[in-house]
Amino acid sequence: MKKQVQLTICGSAIAGGTINKMNTIYILWLRQLKRYLRSRSRIIGSLGQPILFLVAFGFGLGPTFQKAGQGNYIQFLVPGIVAMSVLFTAVFSGIEIIWDRQFGFLKETLVAPVPRSGIMIGRTLGGATVATIQGMIVFALSFFVGFRPSGWGNIGLAFIFMFLTAMLFTALGTAIASVLEDMQGFQLIMNFLIMPLFFLSGALFPLNNLPPVLKIITAIDPLSYGVDGMRGALEGISHFGLGTDFGVLSVMTLVILAIGSYLFSKIQL
Amino acid sequence: MDNTIISVSRLTKKYNGFIAVNDVSFTVNKGEVVAFLGPNGAGKTTTIKMLTTLLVPTTGSVHLNGSDVVSHQEAARRTFGIVFQDPSLDDELTAWENLEFHGVLYSVPKDIRRSRIEELMKFVELWDRKNALVKTFSGGMKRRLEIARGLLHHPKIFFLDEPTIGLDPQTRIHMWDYVVNLNKKEQITIFFTTHYIEEAEKVAQRIIVIDHGKIVAQGTPGELKIKTNSKTLEEAFLHFTGHAIRDEEASAVDHMRQRHRRWHH
Repeated sequence: MKKQVQLTICGSAIAGGTINKMNTIYILWLRQLKRYLRSRSRIIGSLGQPILFLVAFGFGLGPTFQKAGQGNYIQFLVPGIVAMSVLFTAVFSGIEIIWDRQFGFLKETLVAPVPRSGIMIGRTLGGATVATIQGMIVFALSFFVGFRPSGWGNIGLAFIFMFLTAMLFTALGTAIASVLEDMQGFQLIMNFLIMPLFFLSGALFPLNNLPPVLKIITAIDPLSYGVDGMRGALEGISHFGLGTDFGVLSVMTLVILAIGSYLFSKIQL
Repeated sequence: MDNTIISVSRLTKKYNGFIAVNDVSFTVNKGEVVAFLGPNGAGKTTTIKMLTTLLVPTTGSVHLNGSDVVSHQEAARRTFGIVFQDPSLDDELTAWENLEFHGVLYSVPKDIRRSRIEELMKFVELWDRKNALVKTFSGGMKRRLEIARGLLHHPKIFFLDEPTIGLDPQTRIHMWDYVVNLNKKEQITIFFTTHYIEEAEKVAQRIIVIDHGKIVAQGTPGELKIKTNSKTLEEAFLHFTGHAIRDEEASAVDHMRQRHRRWHH
């Protein structure tokens, strides 16, 4: 009898813990979203680069691409540029923890009686949602430069790939920000991580017939699978296969989320 | 019945060779108001950080209401509210949203949360500004909001780390009125640091003085004055800690603030 009572107490404590964690995740997600929706200038500002890339590369390299018998470059390029905005927004959302540290808000979350993993997951989901919205906006804008998906049925699938890519890179940003004390390492991350991730992902060029070294590098770059997945969904042409894309992105996301949660849980101020 | 609510035993923190806090022990009783004083770099903030689970001690232990801050972190965290030395609000959220966020993190049930937020925001006289973004608030308003936030989940202990720094005398007096009131009304234990010795003298029932990482004196303001044969607590404080001026090294956060300013302007 006594044992049963104890078990019930235990059970409700666990249920309470789960609800608590869900609430933590929800409120952190909501915070990211509110901050994003309130910073109009940030939303508009971060559309400049993708639009520039679409116009300059799309129209600039388009004729050459076409002459080489590769088809319409805008059609090819759009999934890559969408992936770029998702990558940038996601990493920045993750790295925002550094601003939180600077403005002191991080302390408020770190002394709260909730597991740090809940905070980490909530933040990552929030950042990933923001990055996905940003990707959708760029996707919508691409219609103005003449982009048309090959079929409408798979747009949902493209959004799933956007979100997976967003999760992966928000988690990466959070993991990096957990070990950075300030923004000193920021340029380093920008030039030696984010830019290579983007330029070596097949966002701008097809992955077939590459020199062997570049072939290996592009296969290691996780963004390649995000770009490929989106291109597969929107264009019907996939280099690795959609199953592989989905598998690689999911596994990488889980691994980085786990590493990020660990690093985040170790933060001391 | 044990009346101790904060129990610090042989607490030590080393940073690559430098000993910031050196074998510190003290206790605080339920409902007490204690001022924790010391010059810059004496180890005050490091101690408060260890007491509030932001920093893991090198050796020694801290118990808050019986919970060890390292092995029973979540239970320990539930017992206290805190006002940090630097602002810690989200500027992009409204006053109300900041409190709501806190209430959810501390699992205060929704209906209680709503009424408690209203009660506290009225208490710190910010209810009419509840839907304003925090970035539009003055320093004093932010402090008041942080006090309200720290009390939202009915903590047993309230930590205040230099809560009145940068505030005008009116706001400071007002703020201490709230806190003393709270201590009387709800029997909350108050543990605070300050550079204004006269504040400590007026508000605290007991003073603990730390210097060079060690406790150098403790007692009621009266006792400390008698012990050092001083007329004021400030004199007694200088007696214990000397007249030399201390400099704190600029932290990484200070450097970052500067960079952020350049970045955004």
